[in-house]
Amino acid sequence: MAILSQTEAQDILKKVLSFSTADECEANLNGSLEGNVRSARNSISTAGAVDNVSLAVTSYFGKRSGTATCNQFDEATLRRCVQRAEEIARLAPESPEHMPLLGPQTYLSSPLSFAANTAAITPDYRARQMAASMQYCDTKKLSSAGFLNDSAGFVAKRNSKGLEAYQRVSNLDFSITVRTPDGMGSGYAATDFTDVSKFDAARLTAVAAGKASSSLGAKAIEPGKYTVILEPNALVSGSDASLLGALMRSFDARSADEGRSFLSKKGGGNRKGEKMFDERVTIYSDPTNAEVPDLTFSGDGRPQQRTTWIEKGVVKNLYTSRFWAQKSGIPDLPNPGGFIMEGGTQSTADLIKGTKKGILVTRLWYIRPVDPQTLLYTGLTRDGTFYIENGAIKFPVKNFRFNESPIIMLNNLEAIGRPVRLAGNLVPPLKIRDFTFTSLSDAV
Amino acid sequence: MNRRDFTTLTGLAAGALWLPSFPSLAGNLVDPAQLLEPGLDVAQKKRLADVALNAAKSAGASYADVRIQRTLNQGIFTREKQVQNIASGESFGVGIRVIANGTWGFASTNNVTDAGLAKTAQQAVAIAKANSKVQKEPVKLAPQKGYGEVSWKAPIEKNAFEVPIKEKVDLLLAANGMALDNGASFVNSALFQVNEQKYFASTDGSYIDQDIHRIWPTFGVTVVDKASGKFRSRQALSVPMGMGYEYLTPKAADKMAGPTGSDVIGYKNSYDILEDAARAAKQTKLKVTAKSVTPGKYDLVLDPHHLGLTIHESVGHPLELDRVLGYEANFAGTSFATLEWRKKGVPYGSKQVNIVADKLQANSLGAVGWDDEGVKCKEWNLIEQGKLVDYQKIRDQAAIVGQMASDGCCYSQSWRDVQFQRMANISLKPSPTKMSVDELVSKVDKGIYIAGNGSFSIDQQRYNSQFGGQVFYAIEKGKITEMLEDVAYQTNTLEFWGACAGSCDASDYRFAGFFNDGKGQPSQSSAVSHGSATSRFNGVNIINTARKIG
Repeated sequence: MAILSQTEAQDILKKVLSFSTADECEANLNGSLEGNVRSARNSISTAGAVDNVSLAVTSYFGKRSGTATCNQFDEATLRRCVQRAEEIARLAPESPEHMPLLGPQTYLSSPLSFAANTAAITPDYRARQMAASMQYCDTKKLSSAGFLNDSAGFVAKRNSKGLEAYQRVSNLDFSITVRTPDGMGSGYAATDFTDVSKFDAARLTAVAAGKASSSLGAKAIEPGKYTVILEPNALVSGSDASLLGALMRSFDARSADEGRSFLSKKGGGNRKGEKMFDERVTIYSDPTNAEVPDLTFSGDGRPQQRTTWIEKGVVKNLYTSRFWAQKSGIPDLPNPGGFIMEGGTQSTADLIKGTKKGILVTRLWYIRPVDPQTLLYTGLTRDGTFYIENGAIKFPVKNFRFNESPIIMLNNLEAIGRPVRLAGNLVPPLKIRDFTFTSLSDAV
Repeated sequence: MNRRDFTTLTGLAAGALWLPSFPSLAGNLVDPAQLLEPGLDVAQKKRLADVALNAAKSAGASYADVRIQRTLNQGIFTREKQVQNIASGESFGVGIRVIANGTWGFASTNNVTDAGLAKTAQQAVAIAKANSKVQKEPVKLAPQKGYGEVSWKAPIEKNAFEVPIKEKVDLLLAANGMALDNGASFVNSALFQVNEQKYFASTDGSYIDQDIHRIWPTFGVTVVDKASGKFRSRQALSVPMGMGYEYLTPKAADKMAGPTGSDVIGYKNSYDILEDAARAAKQTKLKVTAKSVTPGKYDLVLDPHHLGLTIHESVGHPLELDRVLGYEANFAGTSFATLEWRKKGVPYGSKQVNIVADKLQANSLGAVGWDDEGVKCKEWNLIEQGKLVDYQKIRDQAAIVGQMASDGCCYSQSWRDVQFQRMANISLKPSPTKMSVDELVSKVDKGIYIAGNGSFSIDQQRYNSQFGGQVFYAIEKGKITEMLEDVAYQTNTLEFWGACAGSCDASDYRFAGFFNDGKGQPSQSSAVSHGSATSRFNGVNIINTARKIG
């Protein structure tokens, strides 16, 4: 049931709309098959599977709206769902920010967002992949904890003004933490794929194991400002807040215009058009990118297209609600899913070679906002931090707490490496000067 | 449903992004009236549970439990003078957990029919058998007697779902009005309500029907100084509670004054949202021009709303046995407080530190009769006079540490997700001798009083932490002198609790609480309370968080 075809999904949505007596009506149908397996201490700990499809109907009378859902698709249930949405809408307060529904839209095609072999994953496949990972650690006498989660499904949308959308999506996430038996060394690796054919849990486990072994015997060095090389896992995360994620989630036009964002201009307005970052910083989103394919429409039906957010250090665009775009007369851009940061050709190893003194940060963790005015964040290094001298790693160092703003960080840019996919984004390793570490942590 | 899914489905705009932590509004959106409809009766649930348990046993399970759960949510969101969104959600389904060939398996479904449950039970057993081929440590469950057919109901006075939406909207808009009238540039407010109707049955012979309620009114006030471009915010000093709508009827006895000169009022078992919104706006205006703190060592006096978060992060999490044993190594992390560390007898804190785990406390978020694997809940000590004496553990962990019983702190956020060890209410006991807040402050020569929890971060083994707050006041020679800004403290868990120089007495004791404690993969939310009285910590490192951007 979970992955309906475009025709099956739209037939249900057409039937739903045919029952509407409201001024306007929209219906969203989503479904997915998901499975997961989790390991710890080189053994499976939990595993599960979920199968769910749900319909959400929103009805509008003037500026009033109401939403109801169901997950059974017989005619009587669908009719009841629409009636219920209309009843709620009639009782709802008027929204002064109500926008009429969008009419027909043209969406880009992003066929690579779904892979049939990801949808075909079985419990045995998950157990085999996790077993290969655990066996690698058994042979190396290391302890691992990992998580594999796969999902495949569809998103469909239709409204009474003729808007129609459908897309299938699939994803696999895998992450692994490997620790030495004495608990004094730890390494991490994470990956995500739309098409599972490229996935190899044991290969990624070897990367984490290498970091665990080489992080043994960490020395304490004084906190302070250091040149750092931040690997992609130190810049974005699928399981925690992140410095680049925080930056890209802060490009909301309304917050900037209202004076409560780092993008607010003193005296009023926002800083669109200003150069706020190093000129080598260019960040955009593109749902048709072959490496990070994404949905080509937003939750409210607006098309997702290639959009540049920062170009050569200049703020090029801010995302906005439809209401704020109309009120302010600015481009009507939805917030993107993933983002792509342009980079160069150097690997992390190349960046290390070009570093006289610095610190390699393989991962940052527990990242939380401190001051929204400057986008100051705090967090800690985790799972392998290393001192670099004369182009080579010299020794592992104890973990640090940092207090740093991604805005300051992207002004202190020394070099950009080759982007890789992580958590649905394309992100390069970065070399940053004067990154602020404020204290030491005993954590491994 | 994660936050992104929810905002996509409801069209919730960025206006709600101010929320410090967004509760999980899992489930389908429904008519609010539907939230008042009764679910299945107990006899129907028992029959369905037996279908699932029998199917699991027939498929080869040596143990099985089933949770038939209906979760109701309602979130009301406003900003300034308007409603942004009202979302009512219902989620109903069944989660079936089994042991087959010594291995856990779990599957869940929203197809609550005999056929749907039988198929899901078989799927759970199939998953267990697939994983048993690569399993090394067979699951050992602590023995658990069956309780037969029993029930527990949260002792609420007024079901929040029965309160008309208009009344709730009017209250939030009135609070917004108080904030705007007192100088706020912007104000967002929200009211979250949750009701878990949970039926648990297991092959041990328990059939447990429980009805759990939670509520959280909150707001965020922002003041923008256009001339300087500076903006500051203050969040509500409300507390998420295991209560009904009675929490929103203010009682004078529940208003807890901070030290003289601080203009802080905390709240115990009822909340005055109008008063707090007005005070928040006034305090936020002062924050814009408050003195930036000079970094250095200060004695801290921490109010319970603030201290609850520090207890949560630096005691609650490191004493979860699954973290201690390595089961959370790939996500939340492990713990410094290992079994080996405990044997060394290193003090966790000063003699003043007595910390208790409790799943029974009235009005707390963690209170239930039985946990999600049928264990009767209790209270137990974790730290006695600064010494670590126990952890939090569930049935498949007890044997690993040579114990015979679970502590009853297993939980799942919904029928969709597998249950696992979650934090009980973890609380610092108040001083047994009389001590007021003013008396505590009067002995501080150079210090800072912090009210409200704010920014927080702690490492994966729970050593190094950094905490902010909502409002900060300088203490000089025993008196509050002025408001401060840009304050955060960085500390080490053992240093911090070792620096505890005492607490106020029980008359100042109250909860902090969190709707959305995240843990596990796939990540799940749980709600937990932390009680304490205002407490003093000597010689803590304060940093200044002000920065300049171009």
